[in-house]
Amino acid sequence: MGLGSFAKSEGGRAATLLAPPFLYALALLALPILAVVLFSFWTQDFMTIDTRFTLANYREFFDKPIYGVLLGRSLMVSGIVTLVTVLLAYPVAYFLSFHVPSHRKSLWLFLITIPFWTSYLIRVFLWKVILGYNGVINSGLIGAGIIDEPLSFILYNINAVIITLAHAFAPFAILPIFVALEKIDRSLIEASRDLGETRLTTFFRVTLPLSMPGLVAAVLIVFIPTIGDYVTPELMGGAGGKLIANMIQTQFLQLNNAPMGAAIAMVAMVCVTAIALVFVALNRRWLRGRG
Amino acid sequence: MRGAPLRVYAILYLLFLYAPIALLPLFAFNDATIIAFPLSGFTTHWFTDLVANAALRQAVGNSLFIAAMTAIFATLLGLCAARAGAMARFPGKGGIIGFVMLPLVLPEIIVAVSLLIVLRQVLGLNLNNWTVISAHVLICTPFSIAILNGAFQNLDPSIEEAAMDLGESRFSAFRLVTLPLVMPGIISSMLIAFTISLDEFIIAFFLTGANPTMPVYIWGLLRFPAQLPVVMALGTILVALSVTLLIIAELFRRRGLARAGIKDTGGFL
Amino acid sequence: MTALIELKGVEKHYGDYHALRGIDLEIRAGEFFSLLGPSGCGKTTLLRTIAGLEEVSSGSIRIDGRDMKGVAANHRPTNMVFQSYAVFPHLTVAENVGFGLRRDPRGKTEKARAVEEALDMVGLAGYGKRRAHALSGGQRQRVALARALILKPKVLLLDEPLSALDRLMREQMQLELIRLQRQVGITFILVTHDQEEALVMSDRIAVMFEGEIGQLADPETLYRRPATKRVAQFIGKMNFLPGALSADRREIDIAGLGRVATAGLATSGEIGGAVSVGIRPETLAILFEGETAPRREVQGVVSEVVYYGDMTYYDVRVEGIERPLTVSMKNLIGRPVLDVGAAARLAWDERALVLLPG
Repeated sequence: MGLGSFAKSEGGRAATLLAPPFLYALALLALPILAVVLFSFWTQDFMTIDTRFTLANYREFFDKPIYGVLLGRSLMVSGIVTLVTVLLAYPVAYFLSFHVPSHRKSLWLFLITIPFWTSYLIRVFLWKVILGYNGVINSGLIGAGIIDEPLSFILYNINAVIITLAHAFAPFAILPIFVALEKIDRSLIEASRDLGETRLTTFFRVTLPLSMPGLVAAVLIVFIPTIGDYVTPELMGGAGGKLIANMIQTQFLQLNNAPMGAAIAMVAMVCVTAIALVFVALNRRWLRGRG
Repeated sequence: MRGAPLRVYAILYLLFLYAPIALLPLFAFNDATIIAFPLSGFTTHWFTDLVANAALRQAVGNSLFIAAMTAIFATLLGLCAARAGAMARFPGKGGIIGFVMLPLVLPEIIVAVSLLIVLRQVLGLNLNNWTVISAHVLICTPFSIAILNGAFQNLDPSIEEAAMDLGESRFSAFRLVTLPLVMPGIISSMLIAFTISLDEFIIAFFLTGANPTMPVYIWGLLRFPAQLPVVMALGTILVALSVTLLIIAELFRRRGLARAGIKDTGGFL
Repeated sequence: MTALIELKGVEKHYGDYHALRGIDLEIRAGEFFSLLGPSGCGKTTLLRTIAGLEEVSSGSIRIDGRDMKGVAANHRPTNMVFQSYAVFPHLTVAENVGFGLRRDPRGKTEKARAVEEALDMVGLAGYGKRRAHALSGGQRQRVALARALILKPKVLLLDEPLSALDRLMREQMQLELIRLQRQVGITFILVTHDQEEALVMSDRIAVMFEGEIGQLADPETLYRRPATKRVAQFIGKMNFLPGALSADRREIDIAGLGRVATAGLATSGEIGGAVSVGIRPETLAILFEGETAPRREVQGVVSEVVYYGDMTYYDVRVEGIERPLTVSMKNLIGRPVLDVGAAARLAWDERALVLLPG
């Protein structure tokens, strides 16, 4: 088939239509990320960029303990947030898919997504109001006479960061799991019961494995963006709750050291991608092992 | 798993989701500078302060402009991709669509940092509203594609062919048949992109120019305790606004389904 | 009658897939023509190339003497009824039927009258104001028909129009389509995988396999004198017996049945080399007590009985024939249904045999 007839064919017209979004993503995503890679091998020389190739930024990253500590803490926080969010979300998605009558499902989904669409900054700040020194929990507990002094361990530390992020990413976890559960043919569940499994064993042998794609999507969709968040740690984390994204932000916007920031961003991105790929691969193997 | 305990759990979960937002109106109308209990009385002067704040008004104006432009461009790009997605396969199509959807699973700070480098250091441009718009279009396009994919995949492909068979050209068949059928999806996509852009902070903070966007301005306010009740008032208005926009988006989505004669099965994503 | 549609050497490739292989075909004005074949045989692709919804890779299509090369669907004198009906869900019934009249110079009231007439013709008078998505499958089909016929095309193309309907509705629509075609006198080309539907409705049928036309004939010829084993198998049921032609081709020795003169056998052309003989189940008969075969008779044993209510199908094992012969018997009053293992005398008639290649 010649190029001319391809352009006229349906596939050709599809390719023409796909060109604008593709070129846009190429220009504003692929090329900029390439630029980040490039910058990470350069150095900031006071006001100008030294464009000689060097591994200095990466050397600094691995030499100074602060970066490793921040990255490790970030990965841990993201991991815990993911675990907590997905575990809390699964029963809700399950309830929605299996126990809510179908004409009510839209309403429930709507109720779950609404908080997510309201200003993220303000939501984070409101958690500060709830968990803070004079916050809702402390004043409530004092008012009830349970404690005399406000509790101080609930704000300005990693716990507060985790609670806030778990709240912020809840709908991201519920939706993919719900979609996967909805796709399960209900007669499979009945078949399992008919073949002698209990409700519980049916869940573990049929429902859970079949909902795995949704679970994996939920994990990735929570884990990856949480690494890139600097708002929550800044507002909720206190001195000991800063994460790697705060460091990237500081390098770029306060220290004006774009190459160093680029190197940190690169290391963080490589780590996240690697973890995500390993997770997906392990999951595939687990599913195949069962099949 | 049984229904009743799950129902209780789901309701508790909803309470957890709504807990912070429920506080907003409480403090927005509370007559005290400190955001804490106990409440001290009803007032509306935080709202009047809000309206009187010229800097804030300008930030809101910027954000509305950015959100509107983002909605238009992201939906246009989404329309191209979703329509192509519903058409014949060609080599590499899956990969290209996957690439366009990539911002959905990329940490936002990566998008922010990479664009900052290109715009400031490589191209040497000044940051302004358009730099924010360009980034917001990038992250909103995948959402538009997801919404519009739903609209296009519900379409019977022979409907457009039928219009052409009945004498319409390819373009007028699209205009007369396909466009009205996916219009609810287009509106829904624009509203979602608008809402995301209006609220986006992580990228905007990096790319905003001399005139901050509304979330960037709010970020500044959060450091001054005296300004916090004003933030609460603003938050209340924003919640009301996004809920309204979302309800409109949802109504359009449902109307689209009803138009196409399809049973409703789910929500936005 | 002259050819309204002429296809010459039509080929269609989708990448490596060869969907149509050198189709030559003439369809006459005013006939009810069917393209019959299993799924994937290219019949729908062929229909879509005639409609202009697919371009041919090579070869030519002429409609009413005009070469259709480069003529888009909207400029061809053809209209189509789609398998899914493709009724526009956002429009009313009347708006659907009047869709193609947009460029028609007639006035509004005249167009409305035309729409009303078209609706009346398909039995939907008074349905004009209804929303399309509230219609049943059968009603949508009628809307799709009215929408196409109102434009008075030279050819109406029907892509499996009855496949989504239930059996009763399908049989009713078959008769109605025949009536409609006679009434409007337009050439109909029907695509179907249902051999019975094609036999009932068509003046002529082209049976297609793998992008080629296997046989083109009227329904009776197709049934009585199939050209190949494949066509014979696809249309109705048929038993195949290996046979050996004598050197002068005057006689054939059929496994289990014996020698028969070839002169009386149905064929659809000169046949040499390896041959088979086909026998339709309804041309065989089991002889009950006191009955004698009018012509020939062979001894067998019943090996399978399938009861259909009005008919019973028997498999009868005959010595010298590898596979049992299938025999269909009408369940007449007083005639018993035999059991497996019963001895059966089979009556057969060489006039009902079909000589086939292979």
